[in-house]
Amino acid sequence: MAVFYWTLRALLSHWRRHPVQFFSVLTGLWLATALLTGVQALNSQARDSYARASQLIGGEPQASLSAPDAASFPQALFAELRRAGWPVSPVVQGRVVLKGHEDQRLQLMGIDPVSLPGSGAVAGQRLSQAQMLAFFDPPGRTWIAPQTLQALGLQEGAQPQTTSGHALPPLQVQADMAPGMLLTDIGFAQPVLEMPGRLSRLLVDKAYAARHPTPPAALQLKQGEDNNLARLTESFHLNLDALGFLSFVVGLFIVHAAIGLALEQRRGLLRTLRACGVSARLLILSLAVELGALALLGGLLGVASGYLLASLLLPDVAASLRGLYGAEVAGQLSLSPLWWVAGLGLSLFGALLAGASSLWRAARLPLLALANAQAWHEAHGRWLRRQGWVALTALVIALLALALGDSLAAGFVLMAALLLGAALGLPVVLNGVLKAVLGRSRSVLGQWFLADCRQQLPALSLALMALLLALAANIGAGSMTSGFRQTFNNWLEQRLTAELYLNPQNPAQAEQMNSWLTQQPLVQTVLPTWQVAVQLQGWPADVFGVVDDPTYRQHWPLLEATNAPWDQLQQDDTVMLSEQLARRLNVELGDAVAIPTPQGVWSPKVVGIYADYGNPRGHVLVNAQHLLAHWPTLSPARFNLRVAPANVAPLVREVQREFGLEDSHIVDQQQLKGWSSQVFERTFAATAALNSLTLSVAGVALFISLLTQSQSRLGQLAPLWALGVTRRQLMLLNLGQTWLLAVLTLVLALPLGLLLAWCLDAVINVQAFGWRLPLQVFPWQLAQLLGLAMLATLLASAWPLWQLYRSRPADLLRTFAHED
Amino acid sequence: MKIKPMFRVLLSVGASLLAKNSRAPRPIRQPKLSLIFFASKLAPTGVLLLLLGACDKIPAPEESFAGLGSDAADFAQVVPGKVFSFPEDHGPHAGFRIEWWYVTANLKDAQGNLFGVQWTLFRNALKAEPTQPGWHDSTIWLGHAAVTSATRHYAAERYARGGVDQAGAQAEPFNAWIDDWKFTTRPGAGSPLADMQLKAGGPQFAYDLHLTSSRPLVLQGDNGYSRKSDQGQASYYYSQPFFTATGSVSIDGKVYQVTGPAWLDREWSSQPLSASQTGWDWFSLHLDRGEQLMLFRVRQKDGAGYLTGTWIDREGHTQTLHNADIQLTPLATTDIDGRSIPTRWSLKIPGKQLDITTEAVNPKAWMNLSIPYWEGPVRFEGGVGYLEMTGY
Repeated sequence: MAVFYWTLRALLSHWRRHPVQFFSVLTGLWLATALLTGVQALNSQARDSYARASQLIGGEPQASLSAPDAASFPQALFAELRRAGWPVSPVVQGRVVLKGHEDQRLQLMGIDPVSLPGSGAVAGQRLSQAQMLAFFDPPGRTWIAPQTLQALGLQEGAQPQTTSGHALPPLQVQADMAPGMLLTDIGFAQPVLEMPGRLSRLLVDKAYAARHPTPPAALQLKQGEDNNLARLTESFHLNLDALGFLSFVVGLFIVHAAIGLALEQRRGLLRTLRACGVSARLLILSLAVELGALALLGGLLGVASGYLLASLLLPDVAASLRGLYGAEVAGQLSLSPLWWVAGLGLSLFGALLAGASSLWRAARLPLLALANAQAWHEAHGRWLRRQGWVALTALVIALLALALGDSLAAGFVLMAALLLGAALGLPVVLNGVLKAVLGRSRSVLGQWFLADCRQQLPALSLALMALLLALAANIGAGSMTSGFRQTFNNWLEQRLTAELYLNPQNPAQAEQMNSWLTQQPLVQTVLPTWQVAVQLQGWPADVFGVVDDPTYRQHWPLLEATNAPWDQLQQDDTVMLSEQLARRLNVELGDAVAIPTPQGVWSPKVVGIYADYGNPRGHVLVNAQHLLAHWPTLSPARFNLRVAPANVAPLVREVQREFGLEDSHIVDQQQLKGWSSQVFERTFAATAALNSLTLSVAGVALFISLLTQSQSRLGQLAPLWALGVTRRQLMLLNLGQTWLLAVLTLVLALPLGLLLAWCLDAVINVQAFGWRLPLQVFPWQLAQLLGLAMLATLLASAWPLWQLYRSRPADLLRTFAHED
Repeated sequence: MKIKPMFRVLLSVGASLLAKNSRAPRPIRQPKLSLIFFASKLAPTGVLLLLLGACDKIPAPEESFAGLGSDAADFAQVVPGKVFSFPEDHGPHAGFRIEWWYVTANLKDAQGNLFGVQWTLFRNALKAEPTQPGWHDSTIWLGHAAVTSATRHYAAERYARGGVDQAGAQAEPFNAWIDDWKFTTRPGAGSPLADMQLKAGGPQFAYDLHLTSSRPLVLQGDNGYSRKSDQGQASYYYSQPFFTATGSVSIDGKVYQVTGPAWLDREWSSQPLSASQTGWDWFSLHLDRGEQLMLFRVRQKDGAGYLTGTWIDREGHTQTLHNADIQLTPLATTDIDGRSIPTRWSLKIPGKQLDITTEAVNPKAWMNLSIPYWEGPVRFEGGVGYLEMTGY
């Protein structure tokens, strides 16, 4: 035990003398853990919110019946179906805005606890008779999640009023409520939502729904699994995960570099310890304990920062999810103890992974061999060759994944293998380039410059790899995001042609509006749209019925189309599909799509495919007459109006005077574009933040590598100084070396980044979201990134060089006397 | 399970809970009919317990209910001398706390196999005040249905809130329903209750019967005023014992064409059961010679019971039977669900020259619902009938 103690103390003394190395190991572990745990906190928070929402009733997603156009329907249908033997339970749901909390998005859901399907559990618990009575007997209860109550700043028992002046039943906190959701008895919810005698949907016992797939009278059946938000948002979270893992890997590179260097520098110490009689096993144990302690410390820091990071990013992520998918995510983090433990475990695992090779080398340390730069170099040569083979294998795997893979996972395998192969191949390539140039160099100093560069390569290669990865990821993600933004904006410009959009409040109003609008002189064209929500092979989709109008022919861009698609759409039994839906259903032009209708299956032919970016639901375009033939009871869901821009404001006033429409039912084009861009920016805000963090991690890696290395450089520079090279020249030479390596790395990062961008556009996007983006190169953006990377390199090398410049002649002389 | 805070609830209605708890003291088990009827003691607690089924975690409810349960005194009271008026009295009686429509049928198929069918709809008012329209109606409806053969017995239950048409009853044309279970006047029927359809089903059974009758209704007890104890507990009670049923019964997917006599009981009240009464044995018997007999015994803690009945002759004339007129003795018991249930009885009414031994068609006719009890068809030398036993 005493031996172990003294060995450990001897080993730890190294860190006291090299605090920078100590902090670099710690920083690596810290950054690696922080980003990954942060991303995972975000994802688990979001998934937890989805689970709560889908498990609110009966602990699992329930099957439901609703009107095809998602409108409300008479409550009498509930009793009618019940008396026909359907085990249905009524639900009314809608948005409420509370007085004084106008910015909060809240959903009010009204249920009948007595007729609930399944186990009858609500928000994770079976109601006792007392709870059930209190729930539906006046004044009733409003169930609310603790976070939502806190966000509203209200107390339990409060009876907040809606902006329309209805008071809710007293609030009561329920731990398992979905965030942003208020739950009351249907008897209280109907008046608050101003839906007396109306229902939003009917829940159906899952087993019964599976046995009776044909829905009754004018309603459509959704099986429980289809209501699951988790499925829609899967790709979004996978992308976040991928970013987190990338940062984890980059962080581990730093750890690996610092630990490897520490081992190199402690060779003498290790030899001395072994010579003193410390067994190899004890030495490894001591090193492992040291590593474990570092990992725990770094892990603690990392998990704490990860939590902080997640809480900073959460509002953006929540906004993206809401905008993209309409998913409600609690705005406050609540994490299980398991998450903290997992974060620490991750750090331990990472440290072990990064330090394994060092431990392995220490175990096989020849007792009597002297530190020998040349031998080290030769060993490194062998090591490089092996690394080259691994890199090649990784690239072959990438090619295989590209050729054979057809899933998001395969897409990520492709990216991971590509990045890994490139990173591992980097030192091999750099070594080869330097070797090739070395043969051509004539001047002595030039030869030393290049040879010394090669000598530095092993120590710097990991930092350079990190730089390569971070830069490539930045170029890739940056190109993809900018390309997407451009494509999206162009598409919005084209697609949003109508100047004004009106959403009638109910079918009766829709009919009135239709006849009124056609008589308005200010309106150039009225384009009514009918809408039906359907499930196509289990995937939620909206079918839009449109009239035949030149507006569509001119402004609805098609990615693929048959001959004269718009004529066919008007005359024949045909449809057009969004790109992502076509991919999900695996249909092409000329194929038939099976659409379930109340009368049976309708199988029109596909004549066009168009882009529908940012929409997780499928989108189907069909001529209104064909749609109404299958859903005769529909009324227009929306009116798109072509109006001269100057006439928009007067027309809005007219509409409001005539129909008293709420503001939310009148949308002009500018507003719509603003919203769409906002959703877009929010979606990528988190991505951009994580991306720049990755780049900073790489910068830190390079800085730490250079710093640690500079401490051992004096011995190599002193002879040159003795031969008459000035310290200033030496400093410039050194800077030149660092820059040469960095520039070579950056030059390699450029094609890699573009390749990555292509993978994201053509593989990951297609698999994750269903749309393919054209690869676009933005030279100015690339130049900016490269400049940033050069600046990072300069900054990283500045401090070590400054130290070299400041080193006194006595320090340089001392290196001759003090051979290590 | 904590016994103490629940004690008061249990005392009145705890059968649902105790059924799931073998350690619970036996004497306070008090199921279904008696439960429903006399649950009024602490209703709405009772019916809600019934409604919600056995639940292992019930918080001390006293305060929660204090504000809800109107006192029994607020409800309309059962007093002697009421003059029945039909068809109005077939419908629900607002102001009374508890009410039921209750049909049993003793059926036989062409091969002579015996079947029994039960259909019950309970109305329970949570408040004495007039009901509000829609979801604020504050009435809870509960349906029980069962089918019994010599080897099978299946039961099911349904719950519903009033006010939204999911369940209810109306006098004219008479119709009582909960979900797709119904006891309803067939189209074109002449007089009320003359031509009815009775329909219900569960996962393993279903029945659809056609009930006809041309005989007058029978008022039980003292012109429809039926005493349940010597302390004054009572209900309004009338019956139609002269139904003839035909139709189909399906059990485990197999359909049987059946026919036989059926019996309707209608009863409503607001009054609580006396604390010393523990359970209930209830017979409705069709004698082959054309007479009908209803009798029940409300058992007391001290072992005694309140025994009474009605003798109905072929013409429908009634005669009230008292304790002294009847000799009722259990002969054999059957063990079901951890209880010992008397399924063979000796019944003697010397004044009517009746001396029979009733035997359960299926001794395992256990209604394993949120509130478990025994109910099934019985047969004897010279007739068939139905027996319900609660509180064992």
